Amino acid sequence: MDSTGRLLRDLTPLVLGALVRRYRDFAACEDAVQEALVAAARQWPASGVPDNPRAWLIRVATRRLTDQIRGDAARRLREQLVVAFVPAEQQIEVAAGANERDDTLDLYFLCCHPALSPSSQIALTLRAVGGLTTAEIARAFLVPEATMAQRLSRAKQTIRDAGSRFEDVDRAAQLARLGHVLRVLYLVFNEGYTASSGDALVRVDLSSEAIRVTRMLARFVPEASEVKALLALMLLTDARRAARTGPSGELIPLDEQDRTRWDRAMIEEGTQLLEHAIATGERGPYALQAAIAALHDEAPSIDATDWPQIVALYSALLEHGDNPMARLGHAIALGMAETPHAGLAALDALASDPRVGSHHRVDAARAHLLERAGELVAAVELYRRAAERATSLPERQYLLLRAARLAGPR
Amino acid sequence: MKYLLMMNAPGKGPYEIMSWSKQDLEAHMAFMRGLNDKLRKTGELVGGAGLTGPEQAKLVRAGDRGEPITDGVFPEAKEFLAGFWIVDVETPERAYEIAADASMAPGPGGEPLRMSLEVRQVMFDIDPNG
Repeated sequence: MDSTGRLLRDLTPLVLGALVRRYRDFAACEDAVQEALVAAARQWPASGVPDNPRAWLIRVATRRLTDQIRGDAARRLREQLVVAFVPAEQQIEVAAGANERDDTLDLYFLCCHPALSPSSQIALTLRAVGGLTTAEIARAFLVPEATMAQRLSRAKQTIRDAGSRFEDVDRAAQLARLGHVLRVLYLVFNEGYTASSGDALVRVDLSSEAIRVTRMLARFVPEASEVKALLALMLLTDARRAARTGPSGELIPLDEQDRTRWDRAMIEEGTQLLEHAIATGERGPYALQAAIAALHDEAPSIDATDWPQIVALYSALLEHGDNPMARLGHAIALGMAETPHAGLAALDALASDPRVGSHHRVDAARAHLLERAGELVAAVELYRRAAERATSLPERQYLLLRAARLAGPR
Repeated sequence: MKYLLMMNAPGKGPYEIMSWSKQDLEAHMAFMRGLNDKLRKTGELVGGAGLTGPEQAKLVRAGDRGEPITDGVFPEAKEFLAGFWIVDVETPERAYEIAADASMAPGPGGEPLRMSLEVRQVMFDIDPNG
């Protein structure tokens, strides 16, 4: 990505936030900003980046907006402009400078509006906050551009129906909305993390985008410790990325990863953020998950990992809500901290949970613990059973290979 | 989550649809167009295709030197893949709902055909752009 492209991505939410604050119609503002971005991408490389790129974009987007809006809205807009006797871009520029933080934050809230489906929240956040083009988002999710365009336009319609404007919310409501935003950013990160295979050079890297957008959010709400904790979780997880997949995209599990390939700078940054988050806030779900990731990152090997501490962190995580995936992590950690059979007993208890009992990861975890206990025949059978139900190809291949290796030559 | 919705038509010889009246055919095609439009509007349609009938199908495998060997006669099957959709939806239930919708495509006399659709989760996308 060239420097103009990066600059435009970073400026997108600041420009859009300012416009929505002033003109309210999110969908129309979004279209106008997109056009301004296209114009900038075309003109700036040749003419140079203007002295105040944000003001340039706001000016062009406002012009597009006034061209676009017809009927009542246009009349209202003209009235507002006439009454003030000040050019629109100057009005908005003053407002943008004063409210940059609030405008951008409100934009996050709007894109993660509870009325939207999760996939729409993700798409809209990547576009309006992340500044990605529709084509880039479509490619990241491997759907046709027209499909993604339609999803975005429906999302904007939903926002319009839901009021389409920034509302004045009190601090408690703001924090609740922040929870929605963090969930969406977490989903974007996971999408990138679990789907990361092959040509990362050309495909939009969702994990990195999630980190960038979360980093920006952390800058706007430095007092929110959960944002720091989520950013820490992302960094501490993503630090292992290079070691996580082999040359042909195959999955490399934690116990076989080359730990010298973990990104020490990311681990360092993530650890510091986590310490800040814990020092200033409570230990929420993101902080606990980040702490678990940090323990893995610090450990020289799988056996030299502080498993008892990880068990304790999963227990604390379960106090925040009965999440079956946290129970699974807890059972595995127990199997590592105590004996494989302690873990297997915990997994047996989990098997009766209808939400997760038949999930392939439960069988995969059981297979791992059986392998550690030396019960190889049973392990092979469970690896294969897990492979049958895996929904991602790299995961299925990994499970089959693991089974084949234990089963030996026939 | 992406799902492949495979619509099966009764097998054995040409599609029955070939012998339908003009009116029935038109109602059927209008239904399918409407369904595709709906999926387009919801932003869920990834792709799809209607396929030619079993009488034109070939079975292909590699010969000794890797050359294609085609088998002209398709083995008798109870059902035959008539077409498919790939949809990107939030839940498996939504994929079943779309499949049920497609299954209601009208046949002769406007009666729903209730063709069976096989619904399979897509495990891996092959990126056409490499």
